[in-house]
Order: sequence, then C-alpha cells, then structure tokens
Amino acid sequence: MKRLALVFLFLLLHTSVWAHKPSDSYLSLTIDGQEIDGRWDIALRDVEDAIGLDADGDGAITWGEVRAKHQEIAAYAFSRLTLVSDRTVCVSRTLEQLIENHTDGAYSVLRFHADCARPIERLQADYRLLFDVDAQHKGLLRLTQGTHTMTAIFSQESPIQQFTIDDVSLWWQVRQYVHEGMWHIWLGFDHVLFLLALLLPAVLTRTAGRWNAIVDFSAAFWEVLSIVTAFTLAHSITLSLATLGMVTLPSRLVESAIAASVIVAGLSNLYPKLVGRRWVVAFFFGLIHGFGFAAVLADLGLPREALVLSLVSFNVGVEIGQLAIVAAFLPLAYFLRHTWTYQHVVVVTGSLAIAGIALLWLIERAFNLNLFPA
Amino acid sequence: MDGLGRFRWVVAATWLLISHGPAHSEPYVPADDRQVLERLRLNSLDPAMREIRALRAGLSRDPENFEVASQLAVHYIEVGRSEGDPRFLGQAQAVLAPWWYRQAPPPRAILLRAIIRQNAHEFGQALADLDEVLRVQPTNAQAWLTKASILGVQGHYEEARRACRPLMRLASQHIAVTCLSDIAGLTGQAARSRELLLWVASQSGVPDRERLWALTGLAELSARTGQSQAAAQYFADARRIGIKDQYLLSAYADFLLDQGRAQEVVRLLEADIKPDGSLLRLALAEQAQHLPAAKDHTGMLAARFSASRARGTRIHLREEARFTLVLLAHPHQALTLAQANWDIQKEPWDARLLLESALASGDLDAAKPVLDWLNTNHVEDTWLRELAARLSKGHT
Repeated sequence: MKRLALVFLFLLLHTSVWAHKPSDSYLSLTIDGQEIDGRWDIALRDVEDAIGLDADGDGAITWGEVRAKHQEIAAYAFSRLTLVSDRTVCVSRTLEQLIENHTDGAYSVLRFHADCARPIERLQADYRLLFDVDAQHKGLLRLTQGTHTMTAIFSQESPIQQFTIDDVSLWWQVRQYVHEGMWHIWLGFDHVLFLLALLLPAVLTRTAGRWNAIVDFSAAFWEVLSIVTAFTLAHSITLSLATLGMVTLPSRLVESAIAASVIVAGLSNLYPKLVGRRWVVAFFFGLIHGFGFAAVLADLGLPREALVLSLVSFNVGVEIGQLAIVAAFLPLAYFLRHTWTYQHVVVVTGSLAIAGIALLWLIERAFNLNLFPA
Repeated sequence: MDGLGRFRWVVAATWLLISHGPAHSEPYVPADDRQVLERLRLNSLDPAMREIRALRAGLSRDPENFEVASQLAVHYIEVGRSEGDPRFLGQAQAVLAPWWYRQAPPPRAILLRAIIRQNAHEFGQALADLDEVLRVQPTNAQAWLTKASILGVQGHYEEARRACRPLMRLASQHIAVTCLSDIAGLTGQAARSRELLLWVASQSGVPDRERLWALTGLAELSARTGQSQAAAQYFADARRIGIKDQYLLSAYADFLLDQGRAQEVVRLLEADIKPDGSLLRLALAEQAQHLPAAKDHTGMLAARFSASRARGTRIHLREEARFTLVLLAHPHQALTLAQANWDIQKEPWDARLLLESALASGDLDAAKPVLDWLNTNHVEDTWLRELAARLSKGHT
C-alpha cells in the first residue's frame, strides 16, 4: 500500500485540471419508414485506443493510416451497435467514411444505411462502443423522424435505449401541420386579403346604391359565417382532391387565378351588382385557393403513412388561422360600422387597394415577373 | 408565397445551426494520404505508454489478475493527471470493471474507484468508498490522504485536518506536512503553511514531483498574500524542475494575468491550445490586450463547453463560470454557474468567481456564503478580501 501512496500523493492535494473533453461519439439516426439513414462520428483517438490506427507508432495519425483500417473501423463500430425494430435486427451497410473536425480533434465519420424490413414503430438501440476500453465513454444520440428530433445519451450504465416512433411522431405531425396551416393563412397575404375583401361589407347593407350600417349583430354574424363556411368547404374539397392526387393543376395557373379572385372580391365591393351573394363568390374561388394550400402542403413533404392525418391537421390549422382573422375583424368592423370612415374610406379605398395589389400579383404571376421586392 | 418561403428558410437555417451540435464543418475526404489528422499526446515510445502496453499485455494473458489490473489503472490515472486527459480515467475504470461492481471488491479496487470518482467530482460517493476502505484498512495512508483532499476541497477543514493526522505515522513526514500545510494556508495560518512548504521544498531526497507541488503551493500562497515577487520566484523554481504539469501551467498563467502580464501569457500558451485550461487563459490574455484572436478563441471555448454539456457532465463548472463572466460578459449566467460550482467545491478560485459574478450582476446577497466562508476560516487572500470590501461597500 505504501508504494501506491507514493505514486498518487500529489495527485490528490489539488482539484485536478481536466484539460480535455472526455470521450464521446455522436450518432445521428434519421428514420424514414422502414429505413434508417445514419451518421456516426467517432474520435480518431478512441478508434486508436480500440483497434489501433497509428501503424508506424510516430504519434501522428494520417489519412493513409485511417484509410487502411476502414474495413476494420466499420466492423468494430457495427459490432457495437445493434438497432432492433420490433424484434427484427436492422441490417446496416456502411456507405462511406469521412473525416470531421470537432472541437476536440478529428473524428472518423461513418455514413451508413440500415434496413429494418418493416416500417419502424419501436426502435431499440443497443450501444456498446468503447465501454470496455473507456468506461466513461458516452454515445450522444440524435434521432430524427420527419420534423421531430429526440436525443439520448448512452453510457455503460444505460447502453440500451428504446424509442416509440409512432406515438410521438403522430402527435408531433399533427401539431406541426396545424402550425403550418395557421402560418400559411397568415403569411400568404392573398388568402387574407381575399377573405377581408369579402368580409368588409358584412356589417353593412346596400340600399338605394348606398352603404348603410346593419342594425343587429346577428345579421352580420350569419353573413360572415356563410362566407367563411363556404370558403372553408370549397378549399377543403380541392385541397383534399389535390393532395390525394385526384386533380392536379399547374401552379402558375392556380396562383394567377388566386390573384384574380382577390381582384374580383375587391371590385365586388365597389360594384355590388356585379355579384349576387358573396358566399357564392367565396365558394367558387375557395375551390381555387384550395389548390394553393395543396401546393404548400406538398412542399412540406407528406409522410406516406399519415397522409390523411396531416391533410386534416393542415386544414384544421388553416381554419384556426382563418377564425383568428375573423375574430379580430368582426368586432372591430361592427363597432365602426356607423362611421363615415368605415363606410367610405375603409370599404371603398380598402377594396380598391386590395384589388390594386392583387392586380400586380396577377401580372407578376401570369407573366412570371418580379414586381415586389423580395 | 414569398413571405412563407423566406420564413421557412429562416426556420430551417436556425434549426440547422442549433441542431448540428458540436460539429462545425462538413465532413470531408482528405486529399492526401500523408495528411496528419490527429496527433496523439503520447506516442508509442513514451516511457509511460511503454509501461502501459506491457501491463496491458500482461492483463490480456491473465484477465483475472487483480494485481496487474490495479497497477495498470494506477498508470492510467497518473498519465491522465499529467496530461489533463479524462479519457485515461475512463480507461482506468474500464480496466477495473470486473471488480468495480462486485459485491465486495478488494479494498484497493474501492480505493481506486474513490480516486476515479473524486476526479469526476463525485465527492460524496468517493468519500463513502474511502470510509469503506478505512473500515477494513485503518492504516491505509492513501485513503486518508485522498479523504483529506476531498474534505479540503469541500471546505470541511477541521475534518480534513483530522484525516491528515494519521499520515504522520503511516507515511513519510513530508506527505503529512504537505497535507496539513494546504489546509493551514486557507485557515488563517498562511505563515505556518509557508514554513511547512519551505521545509518540504528544501529537503534533499524529496522526489521532483513532490518538490514541484510544494513550490506550486508556495507560489500560490505568496500570490494570495500579496507577495508577488516571491510568487514569481517560486513559479520560476517550479517550472525549472521540467515536469509537464497542467495545474502549474494554469496557475502560472493566472498569476501573470492578475499581474497585468497578459503578453507573457499569450507567449506561454499559444503553442498548445488543445487543453481547455490553456485556451481559456489564452483567450483571457488576448481579451485583456484587445487582440482580434480573442473572438475566435472565445467561439472555440463556447463550442467546447456546449459539447461537454451535451454529454451531461459538469466537471467544468469553474472554468465555465469564468468564461461566462469574463469572456461572454454575462454576469447573471456566470453567477448561476459560480453558485452551482460553489456547492461542489470551495477553493479560492471558486470563491473569487462567485464574488466577482455577484458584484458584476449586482446581486450582492448571492455572495453571502463566500463571505461567511472567508470570515469563519479567516482566509488570507488579498484579492478575496478586496472583493469582500467592495461588496460590503455596495451594501451600505
């Protein structure tokens, strides 16, 4: 014991200064259906400790030395990682090996692909890299599915981690698509302007060629409800048809038609005789707006397994966004409906401005120009 | 559609930035086979590595041999300390794995486990291990010494002193003296501590490493009591011994920074910025001189701290508090870190960081635990006393 004491003596009189980060590897898995795309960064220093890289023993690890051991590195790594999907072991195949510099030195990057035979619902990862060499080694996992990311840390004490892919991801998908739908209606000004143009006169009635304030709130409410319902019904129909691939229209045509619909909506307030009931306008053009929503939804990348769910979620998001606009608009308009400003400035000038902007959109979209600064 | 497109692009870019974690560049295929990707700190010709290799070979022939395993673990811990590389601690632990989780491990396995846990700042578990060892082997000098060291770091000075005492008869005299002098230096007996350390340093036949530590202790003690000329002399003597020591290098750099000699710190550290402690002090020195490199080095440190947080361990709290306070200039966050650090360890630097963050963030009450510590133990430290005075002025 005395000999041991001498070896250690001064090690203990001060807190030791740890100059480096301990050993970590970074494993990232992206799940898509039954397949996993993987990337695994393992420090060259750790690979050296595990299987030996420095062939000439000069203390410098060269690319040549690493390249010569590529097969061995992959064999070592994948003998220490088992991915199991519902009791089926996924078959991993190394795609390529690269080098990456992290904050604490160079890492070997293994890109790989794993096939789990069936769509993954529960994934179990069993990670045993390096624990027999360095008991304080940790594996930092990032698991991605669609837009959802989970993280976990493997250590000697917890080498096995389980993930339920479906439950979590479904819930996330719903949230994600609802959110996207809301944002789309708010940021896609064409839809907002179309709706506003139709709603502006909802608190007024036209008698003898003049706007007059409506008497009771319920009339305004029913008018708004009929417009919003018609618009929703119509765009839901075409959104579904387009998303399910039953009808497709060229996007330039759709975008131009949407702009045209906004012009019509704006002008209809200036020439009320032009159109009959506004809910009909809302329905007819709502069909076209639905194709526009479908294009956004297609951009988001739809999961094959949950097509209907994401479609419904996205639509719910659009409706929530729409209701928020109505909820902000209606009380304000109702409150101001008697004023000259509302009847003349807001309705007339506003409709004109909406029609004007939409005209520029139409030109821009139909002729593929860029009139608005990006 | 433009607005949405832009919005989505910004979200995607931000997500990528946040999610990419510790990796910074894209992975690549090096163009040349001769390109050096990594330099090992010890090559195969290094005597320490040679010894480790021999022991490893012995252990693979006879994996059940605890004698060989424990010797190998001791070597790993030694190398880990001198290199400042915690990987070696993990390797020591791996070597001990067959005994680590056993119901009744051999006392020496428990002792080594305690030392490894101490180094991971798991002080509570380490002390429990040591008590277990001392219950079976009350004359185990190493266990008493380790116990004294942990209790000292935790600020339990009376208990630490009690743990040093058995060393008088169980180990050589200068071990016991060094053990006691460390505590004396923090409990109002700086003069006594200096005397003891001087005695150790002047003994002939004291191993170099022990002399180095006595001189480092003297240098730090002198710096704390405002004798900077003496401190400079002891640091020079310690460095002349020629043993690579991360602790000494950091302590010397801190001394130079406090003396306003930042230029020398840059020269001292810029050649090797791999150790976090060196990079931190280099960035501090560059900031003090308004050098542009400070920005890059601060970025590198931020990446290293976030990588270390990602693995869920917090052995860098002291360094992170200092980084956050001085280089990031976020005093409120620094205070939180310094407080968390103070709960774990109570050495002069820990006290100083808590006081400085409290002052900088204007949260003067947060300094109370440190002020109590200063007064209860009669700590002699001109820097801490000055900070305490400024704090009490702020209160009135």
